[in-house]
Amino acid sequence: MRETTPQQDLIRGIWKENPVLVQLLGLCPALAVTNTVANSLAMGIATFFVLVGSSLLVSTFKKVIPHEVRISAYILIIATFVTIADLVLAAVVPLIHKELGAFIALIVVNCMILGRQEAFASKRPIGRSLLDAVGTGTGFMIALLMMGTFREILGNGSILGISLFGDGFEPWVIFILPPGGFLTLGFILLAFGWWQERKSESVRVRQWPHGVATPSREEAA
Amino acid sequence: MKELPQVADDQRTEPEPGGGPPGGPPQSPERPPTSSARLITTLATAGGLAGLVIVLVFGWANPRIQAYRAMVLREAIQEVLEGPESVQTYYVIDGALSETPEPGVDTITAEKVHLGLDAEGQPIGYAITGQEPGFQDYIFVIFGYDASADRVLAMKVLESKETPGLGDKIMKDSSFVAGFRQAAALLEGVKSGAGSGSDNEVDMVTGATISSRTVIGIINHRIEALDPVLEAAAGDGS
Repeated sequence: MRETTPQQDLIRGIWKENPVLVQLLGLCPALAVTNTVANSLAMGIATFFVLVGSSLLVSTFKKVIPHEVRISAYILIIATFVTIADLVLAAVVPLIHKELGAFIALIVVNCMILGRQEAFASKRPIGRSLLDAVGTGTGFMIALLMMGTFREILGNGSILGISLFGDGFEPWVIFILPPGGFLTLGFILLAFGWWQERKSESVRVRQWPHGVATPSREEAA
Repeated sequence: MKELPQVADDQRTEPEPGGGPPGGPPQSPERPPTSSARLITTLATAGGLAGLVIVLVFGWANPRIQAYRAMVLREAIQEVLEGPESVQTYYVIDGALSETPEPGVDTITAEKVHLGLDAEGQPIGYAITGQEPGFQDYIFVIFGYDASADRVLAMKVLESKETPGLGDKIMKDSSFVAGFRQAAALLEGVKSGAGSGSDNEVDMVTGATISSRTVIGIINHRIEALDPVLEAAAGDGS
């Protein structure tokens, strides 16, 4: 098991191992409900709550849960938190709950959440698991908000329902339709990949004068 | 026979002492098997606790959810009956209207109509709800209906998951919604601008034919089903 510092546990999920942008996990809600900023935010908060709650419980009870039924137990814990989130959203923000529809219930099968339980919370102490869940949940929310902002601006000409361009703007309806989700994710992944490649290239260039040359096959032999 | 390339000593895979296949997947460290009773107890306890938590949260959330639904319905009734002075709810039981529900029937799911009365106590019309599958999911509609004149007063979509930008125009397109005002029953959906001018025609939304047709269908089916009941009630003088 790779040893990490608490800071790494927290920050890793936010950017370097962002669940959506790097690990490509949780794409179903990321594509389906990011047509407006408000929906993205609600889905981000709901997922954050489920992830943090489940990580806390899984980490607390990791010694009690037998290895053979751990996945069933994790799903049970996650499903309980999802049901709570579903009911609370329906009671507190009914309009947003109506928009998100079935996708709240589908948080149960978000691989990102089950993945963090199996890979991290079931093996680490409670504090570290909480940090990891907070980081990953925040990273997920950031990715969703990026997509939601992009799609609402182009598809509806507004942010959080506030019109940006006035009546002269003809909205690109495709961006709030399902294909717009794929297009947006594609553009964001492209930008992200380009940025990472540029960064690694600049590191290579900087290292070049002092870098240790790898021995070629002939030299090694 | 060709000699196999020599493998360095430190890379050679030794057969496991236990007789496992050489180079096979690494054996996971042996865990003592957990008894079935313990597995069942763990999951049952977890399930019981989860159920308890959900029941508690549901107890807190349900009154709020129902209150919101009731508020949405009240507002919708006001809208489709164009501001009645008072509203009287009737339950539909065996083809007749009754002010009291059948004993033991859930008042929320029971079939009912809402009669709007004006300031003089004269009936304006009934607010009737209906639902049918549209393009994506069920479309829930409420409409005002004047049974004596056989006219639809107004229509409002309570809930739909139709495609944003296309099918959801049945809620957002004001000219489509306005087309139901004072339309004669039964309605007939026509392509926008292709109607003959008859007062039972409703212009459908371009690009949302299925959603538009569903809304018109819901209203027609509910009128067909309820018209005899409402006329019988009017005949009784109630």
